This record gives sequence, C-alpha cells and structure tokens, in this order.
Amino acid sequence: MNSFARTQKNARALFMDRFATGCFYGLGALILLFIAWLLVTILSKGLFDITPEFLIKLPEEIAAGGGIGPMLFNSFYILILSLLISVPIGLGAGIYMAEYAPKNKFTEMLRICVESLSSVPSIVFGMLGLAIFAEYFGVGLTILGGAVSLAFLNLPMLARVTEEAVRAVPNDLRNAAYALGTTKYQTIKTIVIPVAMEAIITGICLVAGRAFGESAVIILTAGLSTSGEMWDFNLFSPGETLAVHLWYVQSEAIVEDARQIADKSAAVLVFVVLLINFVFRVPLWFNKRNVRK
Amino acid sequence: MSMSVQKALSQEELGPKFKVGGKFTKRQARANFMNGLFKNYFLLSILMLCFVLAMVIFFIGRTAILTFKEVSIAEFFFSLNWTPEEGYFGAALFIINTLFLTALTLIIAVPISVGMAILIAEIAPKWMRNFIRPVLDLLVGIPSIVYGYLGLTILLPILREASGEGLGDGILAAALVLTIMILPTISRISDDAITAVPTKYREAAYALGSTRLQVIFKVVLPAASRGIIASIILGMTRAIGETMAVVMVIGNTAQLAKSLFSPASVLTSNIVMQISNVEFDSTWNHALHMMAFLLLIISFILILFIRYLGRKGGNEA
Repeated sequence: MNSFARTQKNARALFMDRFATGCFYGLGALILLFIAWLLVTILSKGLFDITPEFLIKLPEEIAAGGGIGPMLFNSFYILILSLLISVPIGLGAGIYMAEYAPKNKFTEMLRICVESLSSVPSIVFGMLGLAIFAEYFGVGLTILGGAVSLAFLNLPMLARVTEEAVRAVPNDLRNAAYALGTTKYQTIKTIVIPVAMEAIITGICLVAGRAFGESAVIILTAGLSTSGEMWDFNLFSPGETLAVHLWYVQSEAIVEDARQIADKSAAVLVFVVLLINFVFRVPLWFNKRNVRK
Repeated sequence: MSMSVQKALSQEELGPKFKVGGKFTKRQARANFMNGLFKNYFLLSILMLCFVLAMVIFFIGRTAILTFKEVSIAEFFFSLNWTPEEGYFGAALFIINTLFLTALTLIIAVPISVGMAILIAEIAPKWMRNFIRPVLDLLVGIPSIVYGYLGLTILLPILREASGEGLGDGILAAALVLTIMILPTISRISDDAITAVPTKYREAAYALGSTRLQVIFKVVLPAASRGIIASIILGMTRAIGETMAVVMVIGNTAQLAKSLFSPASVLTSNIVMQISNVEFDSTWNHALHMMAFLLLIISFILILFIRYLGRKGGNEA
C-alpha cells in the first residue's frame, strides 16, 4: 500500500515535470514567434516602399506624397546634441561612482539620487524642459530645449552602464598600473577606460537607440512642427522628430496618405534603432577577435 | 619606460636640491594637477545628476503646489469630476485608472515574463539561452511610439472584433501593449536573479530526489524571490510612467474605466494630451503638474522599496 502510494506520487511528479517543461518551451516559442512577427510586420509594412525622396523630402500639409526629411534630420540632430551634453557628464558620474566613491552616507545618498532620477517618467522630463525653456527662458519649443531635456533623460542610464563597465575591470590591472607609479587619473585614462570601452560603447548605443525613439519628451520641449526647411541647424527653431511625426501623422494630419507615411515612419524608426544597436558594435567584434588571437 | 622609473627614484633620493631633468618634475606636477582636476570633474558630474534631480523636484513641485490655492486637497485626491473648463479638478479617476491599468498589466505580464526567465535561466540549453537574451533586448529597443502605433492599427481592430463593443480602445488594450513593453525588463532582471542562485542549492534538492519542476518552484524561485520582486517593481515603474504607447490606445476620455473596453485616461496620458493647450498660470496647468508630481512620488517610493529589498537581502546573505 505504502509503496504503491509512493510510486503514484512519483509518477505524478515526473509527469508534471515533463508537462511543465513542455509548457515553458511552448511559452518561449510563442514569445519568440511573436517578436519575429512584430519585427516583420513593422519593417515589411513600410520598409520596401521607402524611396530616397521620401527620406529627404519636405512633408505635405494637404496633398499626398509628402516626405519626412526635416523630421529625420531633427531626430539625428537632437540625438547627437543630447549625447554631446549627456555623455561627458554621464561617463564622469559613472566613473566617480565606480572608482572614487567612498563607502559612506554621502555615496549612499548619491546612489539614491541616481536611482531616483532613472525612475523619473519621461513625460516629467518633458515638463521640466517645458518649465525651463518655455517658461523660464521664454524661448518656446526649440531643438535646444529638446536636446537638453533628452540629455537629462539619458544621464542616469549612462551613469549606470559606465559604472557597471568600470566595475567589471579586474583590480589586478589597476594595481599593475599603480605599481608603475601612475596617478589615479592616469590609471583610469590609460588602463580602466580602454578595457571598459566595449561595454561603455554598447551602453551608449542602447541609450542612443532609446533616445532616438523617445517622443514624450520631444513633444513637450521641441514641439509638433518643424521650421519647414531641410538642413536647418538653428538651435532655436522648432524640432519635431520622426517619433513625434509618427504621432502627429496618425492623430492630427489630414493628408490622405497619412497611413502610409505612418507605416513608413515606423519602419524607418525601428530600422534606425536596430542599426544604432548593431553598427556601432561591429568594430568591437573585430577588436575582440584581435585580442583573442 | 625603465628610464623614467630610474629618474623618478633618483629624484626622490636626491631631494629638491638637485634638479635631475627639470622637465620631469614638471611632468609629474602636471600629472598630479590632472589627477586632481579630473577627480573634481568626476565629482562634479555626479553632482550634476543630483542637481538635475533637484531641478525636477523643484520645477514640478513649485508649480504643483499652487494647485491647492484654488482646489482643496480633498477635491483633488477624492473627486472623480475632471472638467477643468468648469473648474472641477478631481484627479482621483486618473489615479484609480493608473493603478487599475498597472495592476492589470502586471497580472498579464508577470506570469509570462517570469516564465520566460525560468525558461532562459533553468531549462533552455545554452545555445537557446544565448539566442533568446539578445532577442529580448531587441524588444527594449523598439520605441514606445511604435508600440502605440501597432496597438492602434493592429491590436485595436482585433479587440473590436472580439469584444463587439465600441472602438476596442481602453484599459485592456493599454495593458496588452504595456505587457509587451515591460516583458523584457522583468524577464532579463529575473533571469539574472535566478542565474545568481548558487548551484549547490539545486544540487541539494536534486540529491533529495526532486524533479526539475520541484527544484524550480520549491528552491530556486524562493531563493531568487527578492530579485524577481525587484524586477516586477522596475517593470511597474515603467508601466506607470509610460506615456505615448498608452495615449494611443486608451481612448483619452476623462472617466473611470468601468469595463475593460471603455475609453479612459491615466495620469500620463492626460498630462500629455492637455498640457500643450493650457495657459501657464492657470489652475488647470497647476493641477497637471500636481499629477506629474504624484507620478514622481510614486516612482520614488517604488525605488526606495527596491533598495529596501536589496538591503534586507544583503543582511541575510
């Protein structure tokens, strides 16, 4: 009786184990299929209809056949400006937290600040930019406002990826450098940063990809319109980006081919984000291969 | 290289009286100067971050607090009547909708995400693991506005068909879109937490004759529970703060979500829809800032909770 009960229990446990394993694999397959379907849908709906003219032409207000030129330009322009502002500060902050920060209350407070800042919703950064640039300085919705607000949004994430990358550098390397009589800064510059470079660049690419597609911040700080010219480098002209244009086209535009423009814009957005994530890592792969040899 | 080491030694031995190559001491002085300069620069950078946080709190809080000059605290937090045109600023409905949406999102997202994490960390062979992780990272890269657009053009027609009522927009559509957005966040961090569970725990459980399922549910998940909870809370902060994806599928009507398919509005979507159309010095604008301030406070509390979890775990280990 006793042994019979046990085997039944065993059999059930074994069956449950196999059944659950099957379920987990099923779930994984479903999710992967879903992701594949998602990417194919986004890219196939728009990517093949894209012509070079579409990418550089000015948008149309009423007639069909408008392009996304200025928005695409603004997207890159704001992205680069925001990285110019946020990368030096973000890297510095990350290096401080990893290399200098002593273990005390002050560091603990800094850490809480970084984590709190990274949890601030993007729309709140948009409102901050609105308050600073539109209200306090009174310059209205501008490319500069968008870039600075976007830089604020990037800062905590940059600091975090840098800190992790720098922490991952083995201490032996640092000690070897100190033994040669270098100062702390020389160690960081010549040893730590080159070793951590790969992880830092990967992190910057992630941040850049996120910033490229960010829309809530840009809507509030750079506005829903462009200056209507291509290659407008003026920092104080309104700077609608591609992500914002996608929102504008599907919610407010009256052109008849709005749906096609939205499809193509979405495809371009995703394509560029994937490109940012992959292209910048390619040189790193070659680098890695050289090191291994 | 060896030359300079030699010089450094002799300079030290001889003292300042003998200048061995004045150039070298200058170089050393410069190295020390740079050392100090950059130490201050790094410190300044991190202080800049704190300054940005202070600016966020100051600029939003300053405007937010003005709300209560004209609107009573009780009305703002407990009234369901949001008709700013007529002077009613009851934000309770947005707060309730936000909580409802977040809860529904988590109910859908947590089983799927944690299941994925278990699959990656415990069950899948190595090649599959190395394949799934980057693919999940791809999901993070897709801009939120694109998720919103796909929700609008693909998900809403399906929901419309399935429910047969209205336009299909509402809390359920928003929750489904948010689920996809927070899935990689929860999966990847839970995955890390599960992977960090020491192998000896598993081996001990296998030695007692457990099946893999029993090991996962009785040993690994309890051991990784703090990391998993932290990942869920991080997903939650993302769901609460997400704006553009939600705004495109939720219907944007200032009313309490009575069913899964009634158009509604949450804190973030209401802010982004209304803030560009209001006067800067109006109560309406102040109330919107108060809603943003609420969002801030909610996220801060969640972050502090994650820290608390982490510290508790650290003490026990």
